[in-house]
Amino acid sequence: MSNIPENLRYSKDHEWVNVDGEIASIGITDYAQHSLGDVVYVDMPRVGDKFGTHEAFGSVESVKAVSEIFTPVAGEVVEVNDGLNDTPEKVNSDPYGDAWFVKIRMANALEVDAMLSGEEYEEYLSANA
Amino acid sequence: MSADNLKKTPLNAAHRALGGKMVDFGGWDMPVQYTAGVIGEHMATRTKAGLFDVSHMGEIWVEGEDAIPFVNRLTTNDVTNLVDGQAHYSALTNQRGGVVDDLLVYRFNQDKLLLVVNAGTTDKDWEWITSHKKSENFTLTNASSDYCQIAIQGPEAVGILKTLTNTNLDEIEYYHFTTGRVDGVESIISRTGYTGEDGFEIYADAESAEQLWNKLLDAGKAVGILPCGLAARNTLRLESAMSLYGHELSDDITPFEANLGWITKLKKGDFVGSDALLEKKEKGLVRRIAGFEMTEPGIARDGYDVYIADKRVGYVTSGSPAPFLKKNIGLAFLPVEFANEGQEIKIDVRGKHLSAKVVPTPFYKRQK
Repeated sequence: MSNIPENLRYSKDHEWVNVDGEIASIGITDYAQHSLGDVVYVDMPRVGDKFGTHEAFGSVESVKAVSEIFTPVAGEVVEVNDGLNDTPEKVNSDPYGDAWFVKIRMANALEVDAMLSGEEYEEYLSANA
Repeated sequence: MSADNLKKTPLNAAHRALGGKMVDFGGWDMPVQYTAGVIGEHMATRTKAGLFDVSHMGEIWVEGEDAIPFVNRLTTNDVTNLVDGQAHYSALTNQRGGVVDDLLVYRFNQDKLLLVVNAGTTDKDWEWITSHKKSENFTLTNASSDYCQIAIQGPEAVGILKTLTNTNLDEIEYYHFTTGRVDGVESIISRTGYTGEDGFEIYADAESAEQLWNKLLDAGKAVGILPCGLAARNTLRLESAMSLYGHELSDDITPFEANLGWITKLKKGDFVGSDALLEKKEKGLVRRIAGFEMTEPGIARDGYDVYIADKRVGYVTSGSPAPFLKKNIGLAFLPVEFANEGQEIKIDVRGKHLSAKVVPTPFYKRQK
């Protein structure tokens, strides 16, 4: 079964967010990295880019496939995890830690409340995956 | 996700037991990768050994005194050049010179040939082949479900297989085969493969599949053999620039366009499609498959468009990261004037035109 930390919020597209004040770190879940297989490349936005809710802000590529990553919450990119350019395999080995993709200053922090809790995400996975 | 309606090889349970991630591959329930992942499996095959279940491939026997002339009339390579115990790569072509399928032709003796065809095209091929049978003296048998086929590939493949057979493997040259016992199981032992490595493809009765598979994994454990899924099979063949039916080959693509002139023997006499191929050869090639590598970050995928100076000139037939070469490579259909080494091209990667250049193929060639 997938690793699903309880302190994060989840989207049905298999992104997670970790909220610290008005800043949300965004990454992809253990389930998502496992589905993709060996990640070899990530394509990310620039600091300052603005995204609406559920917009594609980048992509993550495994040997086999490419998958877009969406913003679960709207906002402006304030930090990009450039380290993933050199070590994209961290998306596989540490999806909730070193492999965060971007930090976003949320336009509306209430959007997080609409996201799934760990428990809800686990239920969603068992029903849909 | 239901696998109930999918065809299964005799190794289906073994794949699941090994943690294989099963996918629908052309109607077959097949492992795309196991727990090591595609990169680990690819590297194991290049540096040690990889084990592949290719039991989904089709096997068709052609037996009788007219076997050779019949197969020679349907395929591009010259079957009369084969000796007993030899195989060659060939293509079934249609009247337009397009490729119905690519295949291996094995000669057991002058009255007995084995055709090994792609899984997804086995039914189509069977229909095509039987529809061309006239009153000639031979029989056709679709034995696809009777056989398992297991490929052991990589620099350690010979050494591993030696521990399970008394057959002198060193005497089997590349693209030759013999019959013999592997762990006591009567098998066809063929020095062929789809990875660019030395190795063997072993055909045996379907009931013996699990025994052979498990024994080969056990025998190779000490040197680090890994079971390999379809994803690694694809990246390995792509690094070696081998064609994949449905990508570099199709009913609308000629062998010449796919750089398979070397298996197209127009001088051997008439065969299905030879007139069309002769005409196309005289007119000259318009497009062909060329290898490319990305020269800036980004990965070309199957179907992406190729541009030169903002004009679409072709498309990617197969594109992927190359795990051993650590480059992003691909094969593309290009007009012949743009298919030469060094040609700079752009690949439309989801709206971004990223730079690539045409390079010689194969991308990877093993040290002999």
